[in-house]
Amino acid sequence: MTSPASQFTTDAGRVAPDLRHRGIIQAAMGKYETVRDQRKKWFQDWEGARNLAARTKFEAVNHLDRYLEEFVSKLEARGTKVHWASTSAQAREIIFSILREKDAKVVVKSKAMTSEEIHLNAAMAEAGYEVVESDLGEFIVQLREEAPYHLVFPAMHLTRGDIKETFEDKLHITSSDNPEDLTMVARRVLREKYLQADVGITGANFAVAETGMISITENEGNARLTAALPKTMITLVGIEKVLPRITDLALFLPMLAVMGTGQALTCYNTMYGGPRQADEADGPEEFHVVLLDNHRTSLLADAEQRDALGCIRCGACLNVCPIFKNIGGHTYSTTYGGPIGSVITPHLRGLTQWKHLSDASSLCGACTETCPVKIDLHHHLLQNRRNGAKLKPSLFQKTAFKLFAPVANVRVLWSLTTQLSRIGMKVRGLVNGSIIDPAHAWTKTRELPPIAPQSFREWWKERQ
Amino acid sequence: MYPKVGISLVTIFEKLGHQVVIADAPACCGQPAFNSGYWDEARLVAVKVLEHLKDAEVIVIPSGSCGAMLKVFYQELFTGTEHEAAAAELASKVHEFSSFLVNQLGVTDLGAEFPHTVTFHDGCHGLRELGNKLPPRQLLANVRGLELVEMDAAETCCGFGGTFSAKFPAISTAMAEVKCASALDTKTEYIVSCDSSCLMQIQGLASRQGQPLKTIHLAEILARA
Ligand code: SF4
Repeated sequence: MTSPASQFTTDAGRVAPDLRHRGIIQAAMGKYETVRDQRKKWFQDWEGARNLAARTKFEAVNHLDRYLEEFVSKLEARGTKVHWASTSAQAREIIFSILREKDAKVVVKSKAMTSEEIHLNAAMAEAGYEVVESDLGEFIVQLREEAPYHLVFPAMHLTRGDIKETFEDKLHITSSDNPEDLTMVARRVLREKYLQADVGITGANFAVAETGMISITENEGNARLTAALPKTMITLVGIEKVLPRITDLALFLPMLAVMGTGQALTCYNTMYGGPRQADEADGPEEFHVVLLDNHRTSLLADAEQRDALGCIRCGACLNVCPIFKNIGGHTYSTTYGGPIGSVITPHLRGLTQWKHLSDASSLCGACTETCPVKIDLHHHLLQNRRNGAKLKPSLFQKTAFKLFAPVANVRVLWSLTTQLSRIGMKVRGLVNGSIIDPAHAWTKTRELPPIAPQSFREWWKERQ
Repeated sequence: MYPKVGISLVTIFEKLGHQVVIADAPACCGQPAFNSGYWDEARLVAVKVLEHLKDAEVIVIPSGSCGAMLKVFYQELFTGTEHEAAAAELASKVHEFSSFLVNQLGVTDLGAEFPHTVTFHDGCHGLRELGNKLPPRQLLANVRGLELVEMDAAETCCGFGGTFSAKFPAISTAMAEVKCASALDTKTEYIVSCDSSCLMQIQGLASRQGQPLKTIHLAEILARA
């Protein structure tokens, strides 16, 4: 089996030079930054809002025990069944036991990265359930048997033509490639599934402790249908999604919309507080909330990087990341891609196997600059590198840096190295760019500057 | 590799009437080891830098990246060690050269002349670790004959990233292509920056691909009388 690191290098090597891919992503991101910045101005004080958001999330995460308890007791008081899952396997088992109890056959889902995280779709399909994703983007990638490409835009990598073809291949429905027609195709298929579904599964954007409510924000209304039509509703939510107060949503909902899609607010914002009550006309008969840990508590234990639990999955750090835009979402092979994925995946799935994601960064810091909850993303990448080097040092690098120190520290050694490299560069020049060029990694695609005949120090000495 | 930058700096400061001392500090700040995760090895070099620079009044560095290393990352590197205080003290004395000229000396016009069209590349460390957006532009605005045309991707990383450029050459190259494409859109003759390493990356790609782009460090322009 190829290791995640070599798979990453291979895929990055294939996607990064792919101009079609680059063009699609650049077009998809076209006006994002401009619109996002216009909407930011609708906040009286965007930087103030970021500080408040960071503080609020940090407080929630630091007192997770208390807020979760409050959240759960409020939910239970209205008849919701709450389950705790330490691991992915436990979460899947909890969901399966509900499906068995309800004798479910068809399950409809709205967008939930947590369900990707526990590989729920594959497990359900294997167990013989029919699972349908109801978010348009998720619906498309599900048909293509692909993972979502981006936290917020699962089908960002596809053109309208690609989607039209997918519908023809997989659904045998022909349509034009205009967005309305394509949406109508999905809608026709999905409407039927909503009516057949025994169980609806959703994720959550926020979990409000004060009122014991799940907050879901969306643009298509599909999460509402997923929650309202089937008799049983299951919400799979990471424990870090807790917000202390309901008024916190007044900050977080617009913030998530602005950073996620450049909207002032998404079209549908819904709160779910429990199953249908005696005096209510609709809603699910049963409501289950599954609280997922899956190594979030080990991130919580890391004082340096705990702030990463504040992530609201807005995707903004992906949108500005030059690495993400050039290698694409699938190259990461993780549930969470982009900068935040590179930071947290080592915590969720192991540092040794996933440190390469932290290495694959120029540390430009565009992610940290944009993150609405001020997660110190690129410094966390540095910390992952440090922790990885401690855990499993590369003998070569360690030795090289050890040997480098005296050379850098002692002037004569440095001058000597400069002299030697002048000769070395001349010899190297003969094989410039070829596979036997020692600087091949660089010179395959780029020229090296000539070494100056006189160094600065030499010039300085001469001048004195 | 870029002696002209240092020479230009000496020219500029002497013109302004300052006495320049070239520190006998290590030839490198230790950033490659630090960025690769080998902090113990980085400290072998960094403690020497701390020692050598401890008596300097101000330290001016013609690179946003090395500047950020000394000003920002040393403090992370030495947190909880005996050198913590020394790192903090050094940080307060270190300045990236363009921000030093503008913010510390109040100089925005050096009487330089450079009759060309240019676009400016914001080096990531200078921009985001040091917040150095305006000073280089203020300095460029006063260069005679120079016309600055901003590119869309001015703040987008050029893809150098130190050892990253050799560890992940395909990604690094793609990033340089995006950068150069944006610079080409401006139809300017030069890409100017405060970081030689970014310029090496940009020039390296532009030369290989035969693009009509030239690169030059801001100090070199300012030193031209
Ligand atoms: S890390 Fe920040 S920018 Fe990235 S998805 Fe999370 S909240 Fe958004």
